[in-house]
Amino acid sequence: MADKQWPETWQEFNLGGMVFSPGNACEYHTGSWRDQRPVLDTSKCIKCGICYIFCPEGCISQDADGYFVADLDYCKGCGICAHECWPGAITMVEGG
Amino acid sequence: MTKRAGMEIAFAAAEAVALCKPDVVAAYPITPNTHIPEHLSDIVADGRIDAEFICVESEHSALSACCGASATGARTFTATSSQGLLFMGEVMPIVSAMRLPVVMAIGNRALSAPINIWNDHSDIMSQRDMGWISIFASNGQEVVDMAIQAFKIAEHREVLLPLNINLDGFQLTHMVEPILFPDQAEVDRFLPEYKPYATLHPDKVLSMGTLGMPEIFTEAMKAKDVALINSKKIILQVWKEWEEQFGRMYEPIEAYKTEGADMLLLTMGSMGDTAEVAIDELRKRKVSAGLLRLKLWRPFPIEELRNAVKGAKVLAVMDRAVSFGGSAAPVGAEIRAALYGEPDRPLIINEIIGLGGRDVTVGDFIQIVEKAAQAEKEKPEEAYEIYGVRGS
Repeated sequence: MADKQWPETWQEFNLGGMVFSPGNACEYHTGSWRDQRPVLDTSKCIKCGICYIFCPEGCISQDADGYFVADLDYCKGCGICAHECWPGAITMVEGG
Repeated sequence: MTKRAGMEIAFAAAEAVALCKPDVVAAYPITPNTHIPEHLSDIVADGRIDAEFICVESEHSALSACCGASATGARTFTATSSQGLLFMGEVMPIVSAMRLPVVMAIGNRALSAPINIWNDHSDIMSQRDMGWISIFASNGQEVVDMAIQAFKIAEHREVLLPLNINLDGFQLTHMVEPILFPDQAEVDRFLPEYKPYATLHPDKVLSMGTLGMPEIFTEAMKAKDVALINSKKIILQVWKEWEEQFGRMYEPIEAYKTEGADMLLLTMGSMGDTAEVAIDELRKRKVSAGLLRLKLWRPFPIEELRNAVKGAKVLAVMDRAVSFGGSAAPVGAEIRAALYGEPDRPLIINEIIGLGGRDVTVGDFIQIVEKAAQAEKEKPEEAYEIYGVRGS
């Protein structure tokens, strides 16, 4: 389940569904939608960053060692990174 | 000072809207539209009102432009008819869900095919469940009055919903009638300035029209339904204020000679005025018949209907649209459902009449009342019929 809570009752629903606090979409963790997750084999990764470029969620970033890793709070498990990774360093495995 | 003028009703509607000083009018200017936006574009071009007239490339864009303009806090108006309303269809539920008080005049016209530009109610019935307040006018005076009332109702802080005023294509839109126009000072006294609940503005960031996940969508729909149901209270309040200031009374269901009537006709739109003449004629012949004119279609006035039909033996419901393959025509089905739980409900017959501009005459209503009298004795098998269709 996502961390972000929604209005408990219809009475608490904002008029017209308006959102008054900008930028709060990040509080909704879309990672809860995932049923496969990307696993990086650092022995094959050449740190080219093509996964970072193609990730439609924008959830991949470079860590301190220079590897590109997905933020599982937001990764929906689409598998595009694994598909694009030409050295074959990313594998999709079952289970969020 | 109130001024009396003979005017085509579409022009009169535009004049009434101009008295409400809209900020933005967006409309697609050609068929199936009426003279309403055409005359408003003249009014704007002549500098009589300080409004932006957006001459868009389609009805879809017209309502989208109104939606966006209303979200910035502008008082907005549009008008359309027939297939033009269908083309607005995608945006219709968005405007209501975003709680934007756009006002629209619909010159009700048939839906093609076959191509037909004349009057019936198939256009608005296709948009029945879009969450808009939906009001029907019987004559030119009502169109003008309702246009001014519309902004006050829609923009009321306890309503904030879009509203459509329905006026029959040709039978009303192209008819010249004597109409009383309030002057600007009277309208200004009646209609307060629009104070939006929230607006899109770069200085105060907020989002409208956001995503609604399954976890929240049901609650969103409940909130929208309750908003429309609760709008009735304000509609009645605004109508009362109108009556106090201008002396003309508005009710969700207007009763004409219904006291003690065994048979009731129920109409929406311009045919109510024709039916009134038929009732006068029938009363002269000692036929116990009365008329109910339904003005408020959404939110549907369930309680008022139940009270209005008390004591009647037969209720003949007129429809100006077909619900193809349905249990009855739209108004007929609605009324049957609303009265189903009533222990002493009248027998209901449902007549579809006046499709695609076919004349509805006093004689037709007299015949329908005769049918109603017959129905009471014979209990018809058919749930509805298309009145006057050749070959039946």
